Amino acid sequence: MRRRIADIVAEGALFVLMLMAIAMMFFYAPIESEMGIVQKIFYFHVPLAWNAFLGFAIVFFASFRYLATRDPKWDARAVSAAEVGVLFTTLVLITGPIWAKPVWGIWWTWDARLTLTFVLWLIYMGYLMLRRYVESPERRAVLAAVIGVTGFVDVPLVYFAIRWWRTQHPQPVIMGGEDSGLDPRMAATLWVSTAAYLLLFTVLYRRRLALENLRNDLDTLRAEREHNQGVRS
Amino acid sequence: MNMLRTAGTVLWKDLRIELRTRDAIGAAFVFSLLTMVIFNFALDTNTPEMRRLAAGFFWVAFAFSGTLALNRSFALEKESGAGRALIFAPVDPAGVYLGKFFANALFLLITQLVVLPAFIVFFDATVVASRWWALAASFVLGSVAFASVGTLFSAVASNTRMRELLLPLLVLPVTVPALIGAVETTAFALGASDSASFWFRLLLVYDVVFVTVSLLIFEFVLEE
Repeated sequence: MRRRIADIVAEGALFVLMLMAIAMMFFYAPIESEMGIVQKIFYFHVPLAWNAFLGFAIVFFASFRYLATRDPKWDARAVSAAEVGVLFTTLVLITGPIWAKPVWGIWWTWDARLTLTFVLWLIYMGYLMLRRYVESPERRAVLAAVIGVTGFVDVPLVYFAIRWWRTQHPQPVIMGGEDSGLDPRMAATLWVSTAAYLLLFTVLYRRRLALENLRNDLDTLRAEREHNQGVRS
Repeated sequence: MNMLRTAGTVLWKDLRIELRTRDAIGAAFVFSLLTMVIFNFALDTNTPEMRRLAAGFFWVAFAFSGTLALNRSFALEKESGAGRALIFAPVDPAGVYLGKFFANALFLLITQLVVLPAFIVFFDATVVASRWWALAASFVLGSVAFASVGTLFSAVASNTRMRELLLPLLVLPVTVPALIGAVETTAFALGASDSASFWFRLLLVYDVVFVTVSLLIFEFVLEE
């Protein structure tokens, strides 16, 4: 029961914080002088990206813990973080090009950060797909954890490979440093928005975790019933 | 039995199977040729700019045909319960991984060597005379990179209902850094760039990292 109350409080806080973030984006933060109104997408895009990376870090940690302890709760945590992480990454990959087309003049460029995000999306889609095709819950958890660990080890290698590859082949579009001359009101908005998305991540993650636990309980009950029926007949 | 003896036994077993059937290398070789034919129709490959991209064509063909050979590695163990025997055998799982990994790396390398003449003919590629060592290093390091992750994920995929379909989806994103490194080092050997020392180091780091991680984690895949 206490857990329910904590969730309700968190979801109430999320509602308020999200409204506040949106209000700040449109009424408090100034309109960017060169990009205009389209720059506002960054208050969604950047917090989504940061929290997606957080999700994949949780997948790595939980997978590692699962292999060490074989406790199913770590597997439930890993899959919940992976799903929310993939959802956030999908939104990052959609909001990015919407911004890039009017500002850079192109939808997509194979820049280090873009490519890394896309490759991460592919790795964790593979992770989620793998889970669908293994029947036994323990086997599923073990195999998924193997991908969860190996996939994350790949992240720095992908990043350095693509960054070096880019510096050798310069692009027409060059992004300035993110904080270069950022207006303090813009920075404040970005931080409030980041907090709002962190809370959104937490709420979604906890809901997904509760669902995963319900599913596991249901599987256990079904298995017990089948076992009992087998004993009786 | 210690780890290396286990590895040797598994390697010898896979080599003998491949010598008798030639399934993995044969399929990968024909598939590579087919990819080159498709490239030729999809793009006009006989222009000077395209020749500069030849290394890319080679590794794309190889990345796809390589997953065919890797799939075979553990599909083999599903036949007549051979995989179960491997699990129950009182040997170090890391040794089983090493044996499988050496076999796969060798098959991939042989495939590259067989495909190389066809590639040179089709794309009018010339290896710079003083850079044959770079080509050899590129092939060896690239094969090891694909075999390290590929062997681990082939074992993972063979445990699923999707089997063969899942392997490329898992292997290709994770091997992106290795693929970039392999393309750049081969391009260097073909004279398309002046230096590739960063890429050789990247490939080497990739190989060390993924062989180590796979060795440590393989025991979890090899259980019922």
